[in-house]
Amino acid sequence: MTNWTNRIATVLMWFTALLVTSVFLWIITDLLRQGITHLSWEFLVTAPSDAGRSGGIGPILISTLLILGVCLLTSVPIGVPTAILLAEFSRKGHWFGRLIRSSLDVLAGVPSIVFGLFGNAFFCFYLGMGFSILSGGLTLSCMVLPLLIRSTEEGLRSVPDDYRQAATALGLSDAATLWRIILPAATPGLIVGLILSISRALAETAALLFTSGYADRMPQSLMDSGRSLSIHIYDLAMNVPGGEAQAYATAMVLIALLLIINVATSWASTRWLHGRISL
Amino acid sequence: MSRLPSDTPLKWGLRIIAAIAGTIVLLIVLFLVIEAIPALQTVGLKRFFTDPSWHPAGGTEAGTFNLIPMLVGTILVTAGAILIAAPLGIASALFCQYYAPLRLGKLYRHLIELLAGIPSVVYGFWGLVVLAPLIRQWQPPGQSLLTAILILALMILPTVMLLSESTLRSVSHSYIQAANALGLSRWAIIQSVVLPTARGGIITAVLLGAGRAVGETMAVLMVAGNVVQMPDNLFAPVRTITANIALELGYAMDHHRSALFVTGLMLMAIIVMLVGFAHWINKGHVYD
Repeated sequence: MTNWTNRIATVLMWFTALLVTSVFLWIITDLLRQGITHLSWEFLVTAPSDAGRSGGIGPILISTLLILGVCLLTSVPIGVPTAILLAEFSRKGHWFGRLIRSSLDVLAGVPSIVFGLFGNAFFCFYLGMGFSILSGGLTLSCMVLPLLIRSTEEGLRSVPDDYRQAATALGLSDAATLWRIILPAATPGLIVGLILSISRALAETAALLFTSGYADRMPQSLMDSGRSLSIHIYDLAMNVPGGEAQAYATAMVLIALLLIINVATSWASTRWLHGRISL
Repeated sequence: MSRLPSDTPLKWGLRIIAAIAGTIVLLIVLFLVIEAIPALQTVGLKRFFTDPSWHPAGGTEAGTFNLIPMLVGTILVTAGAILIAAPLGIASALFCQYYAPLRLGKLYRHLIELLAGIPSVVYGFWGLVVLAPLIRQWQPPGQSLLTAILILALMILPTVMLLSESTLRSVSHSYIQAANALGLSRWAIIQSVVLPTARGGIITAVLLGAGRAVGETMAVLMVAGNVVQMPDNLFAPVRTITANIALELGYAMDHHRSALFVTGLMLMAIIVMLVGFAHWINKGHVYD
């Protein structure tokens, strides 16, 4: 009997893997097949017209990049120093580090729509930024912070203690050790953190709906409302009858962008890492 | 650690920045509360559960604020997604670790990671244009509780799988070797050694998956049909708390807007409880 349950279990495991793989292939081939027919250079650079049914996604790409830029320019200067403090300068179990860490744990669990509510109340209305690229980018910045901090921290922790001891033996100050030794050695971790944050920010929709807004024209400044790729997909699919083909193409662009960023950066970081540390 | 006086400003600078990062959560809760207070004061928490329906646009007196159908929607969608994603996710993790040849296991893991990287709005879109029409042919209207459950299950499967797998990897190798030496079959080893040892981590994985499911907005919004009602079967449309915020915040005024922030606070409370519970379970379990 045990023999039978063992066999059934084996079959079930393989069946599960097959099932998940085929569903995944179904989604990907469907997106590829439908998306690729509409994709062209033209589509990437022209402005949408007729509520997005025709034309391209030029201004939407620009808005997306601007939102991403605001997000990174604000999250990195807060995230990286926080990670440095947690990994390098806080003793294990110290109350301050523990407090920051548990607060970040909670932040990581906050649903994106709640970030949307907060961004809408705080950035759009309280700080008076209105529906703008700035509000959207800042909201995303709060959202990616836990992710950025955690992977940066892991990168810093992966630097061997020998480095720190050697630096101490040489009489380097903490600042010099950090700047000259630890940060360069931890670069791959920083890059991974950055990629994860970019991917998360690019994929986000709910937090942007009520912060960066819907406008699909070319943004003139950061105070303009701007539509991200993800919101464009949502709007075309839900609110624009006949927008399906364009939504497919936009989804393709979004996924391609995510893939390119992932592949390129991981390739570059391994090469760079080899140049730096293979002693 | 401090050695030279020149390091003090650096450390204080880092501490101040870290304090800023730590305060964001408080800021979020603060603003949710500030915005929620008008509704909590004039409508009161009780009416969110006892009012006859959800018609919040009529002001405090004429408006009604019953959240129960949407809370039920959220609970049903999450429970359904977990019922599907937990077995599949755990089986996938076991497959990777104990059944697949090394290379295939790695490939499968990569595939799941890719699945995890697909944006929720793309899942929602695919559900809307492919899955919902299929279900419509079978049982109209297509955008339904079932569609939402299936899409959501697909979305949280990677969370459950990847977290479970990392727990499985921490199961001590000597346990498995010992079980092997006893001549136990593969399934017997998994059942009697691996799963009991990794139980805490797997439960945590499932709870964190549930947390994601509760908080997910876009995918559910696009496929669930969004009718505020108690669903009487799997093919009925439902609206979840998150979808409701996304649908109504754009035009909500006064107490209606404030009521949406109350639901945001509720979401936050549910998630904090789930995550807290997940951490608590994991801490209570000792690996060696």
